[in-house]
Amino acid sequence: MLESTSAVSVPIRGPATSALGAAQLMLARDIRLAFRKRGQLIQPLAFFAIVTTLFPLGISPELSRLREVAPGVLWVAALLSSVLALEFLFRDDAHDGTLEQHALSGQSLTWLLFAKTVAHWLLTGLPLSLMAPLAGLSLGAPVGSLGGIVVSVALGSVALSLIGSIGAALTLGVKRSGALLSLLTLPLSMPVLIFGARATELAMKGAGFAPPLYLLGALAVLGVTLAPLAAAAAVRINLE
Amino acid sequence: MAWTWFHRLASPPHVYGLAARLTPWFAWIAAILIAGGLYGGLVLAPPDYQQGDDFRIIYVHAPSAWMSLMVYTTMAVSAGVGLIWRMKVAHAVAASCAAIGASFTVAALVTGSLWGERMWGTYWAWDPRLTFELILLFQYLGYMGLRSAFDDLQRADRASAVLAVVGVVNVPIIHYSVIWWNSLHQAPSVMQLGKPTMPPSMLIPLLMMFLGFTLLFVALLLVRLRAEILNRERTASWIREAVSP
Amino acid sequence: MPARTLQAENLHLWRGDTHVLRGLRWSLSGGECLQITGGNGAGKTSLLRTLAGLMYPEEGRILWDGEDIRRDLPGFQGDLAYIGHEPPLKLDLTAWENLHYWIGVRRRLGDAELQQALERVGATDWLNRPVRTLSAGQKRRVALAGLALMGVSLWLLDEPTTNLDAAGQRLVGALIEEQLARGGLVVAAMHHELPVSGAVLRRMELSAGLEAGRA
Repeated sequence: MLESTSAVSVPIRGPATSALGAAQLMLARDIRLAFRKRGQLIQPLAFFAIVTTLFPLGISPELSRLREVAPGVLWVAALLSSVLALEFLFRDDAHDGTLEQHALSGQSLTWLLFAKTVAHWLLTGLPLSLMAPLAGLSLGAPVGSLGGIVVSVALGSVALSLIGSIGAALTLGVKRSGALLSLLTLPLSMPVLIFGARATELAMKGAGFAPPLYLLGALAVLGVTLAPLAAAAAVRINLE
Repeated sequence: MAWTWFHRLASPPHVYGLAARLTPWFAWIAAILIAGGLYGGLVLAPPDYQQGDDFRIIYVHAPSAWMSLMVYTTMAVSAGVGLIWRMKVAHAVAASCAAIGASFTVAALVTGSLWGERMWGTYWAWDPRLTFELILLFQYLGYMGLRSAFDDLQRADRASAVLAVVGVVNVPIIHYSVIWWNSLHQAPSVMQLGKPTMPPSMLIPLLMMFLGFTLLFVALLLVRLRAEILNRERTASWIREAVSP
Repeated sequence: MPARTLQAENLHLWRGDTHVLRGLRWSLSGGECLQITGGNGAGKTSLLRTLAGLMYPEEGRILWDGEDIRRDLPGFQGDLAYIGHEPPLKLDLTAWENLHYWIGVRRRLGDAELQQALERVGATDWLNRPVRTLSAGQKRRVALAGLALMGVSLWLLDEPTTNLDAAGQRLVGALIEEQLARGGLVVAAMHHELPVSGAVLRRMELSAGLEAGRA
């Protein structure tokens, strides 16, 4: 029991948690929760697999033709899967009242939401980027380019998760928000799509794909600094 | 003392009355400028040595595109003011801007498409400026969609304000896209520091159109704003006096 | 030792077109409990949420120890606990895990302390089951354990005795009495009487908000 040095009559027992500590707790909690509902984790990945299958069926089974559109197909599928996954970023916490408690915890809501977005990426974006090379192979990508595909999708999905967190926070109270969430997120995600597809395309050709990768990185950094702030503002508005 | 005008702008009845008085001025001057600009551009200005008469669509296209950006900026700024200082009137201004801005964007895209068919042989090209202008249209639609998704007006105002402010990043991107990237779209010939590259006979009608469109926007905004304020304040007592004949 | 004070100054709040809080003005000191009564839609929940800093009053302000809560909202919120109609628990976590997170984001929580708090509310047998499997009353008890563990000065409670049996209601009374004895403050919205005896209990009745007719 700490000796309270202030004149407060009701001392807080135990040392206060730091912002970083709170963020770590949030990250661990979200990951633990996700593993209790494993079915939900598979959905975006299954969606990604299905969408990438649709293109060969719709365009042509010839690998030489598919190879040309592969970067675009991969990225559109990744983008759509990310938007699908975004719905459960804040939804559960909003429904059971725990989101409100995050806002009332005395900790920075920006930090806590950033931690949630990181957890969300680890659970959706990262697996997606590990699945992408498989989809790439099915679309004719050369084996040497698979590493480049993983890196570009991983980095791009970081930016997508962050940008998407803003839309997810804004549409918290809206029922059946799927279409609206897409309308809000996709326009802002188009730069990610452009640079990501370019990076993947260069990787598949065996060329250096560093320039678009740096731009993807810049978008991710921009997302990290600005998106959680906007998301926190949006959450507070929806809690009013 | 300097802040009294700011505080008065926060009062819906004051703004309602002010808007009513200002609208005819903006509307008439806009009409004159647009009529003059169209006459000067479509009739008086000489044909372009490269494009012939095709270039004349610039008199509608360029001002529309410019307005699409300016209206979004106005929307984002007033949304930001409403968000920070909790001014209802600022939110009403932002709400009134959206449909006007979307219309200007559509006009810019359509006129640009017609012009592109003449200049480049195609109705559409995935070039940076065109693509980002299309994204701007989606941003307007997203803003309007988000607004309509909420039953509670205050929440609709504040949530869409966050969206408008976040999305304003696209405005400088569109403007500078022709400088940053090798674009099909021509480089800015009017909005440059130093001497513009157009001869006065072409430039003056164009400037008249820019100014005319701006005043047209303000006039339309004031009309919509009055309707917005009427709707929002419909239960307030000042309304009965203001509206009764 | 200066006691803590919570003051509401001329609070006005609108929800849509309804003028829910109309110029509320009161003051509460450490060791006192304010019970808010009123019918459905009278604004009890709105008042609690405004006190918690979640809602923003159109006019008026709230003072904590004489200072506007807006000046340092996170600091103020770090010293209060707000429990709404539903206990804020994740259904897929156990009672233990829920509290470990809920309290842990604020302060370091020892296992022994957590165990003791859960045992006190009678959760010994079911603290390691997912909250999804618990009854409404059991969930409410977990929330009460969290409340006791928080160690904050101000409690804002919305119908704290909902779904509790007689023993549970006595538990709520005991917890509130302990909080008041420590010098803490409690504001509770209740349909009926708080099971608190002998403590400084003040009452305030809210009547249904006025529709329309704003000046």
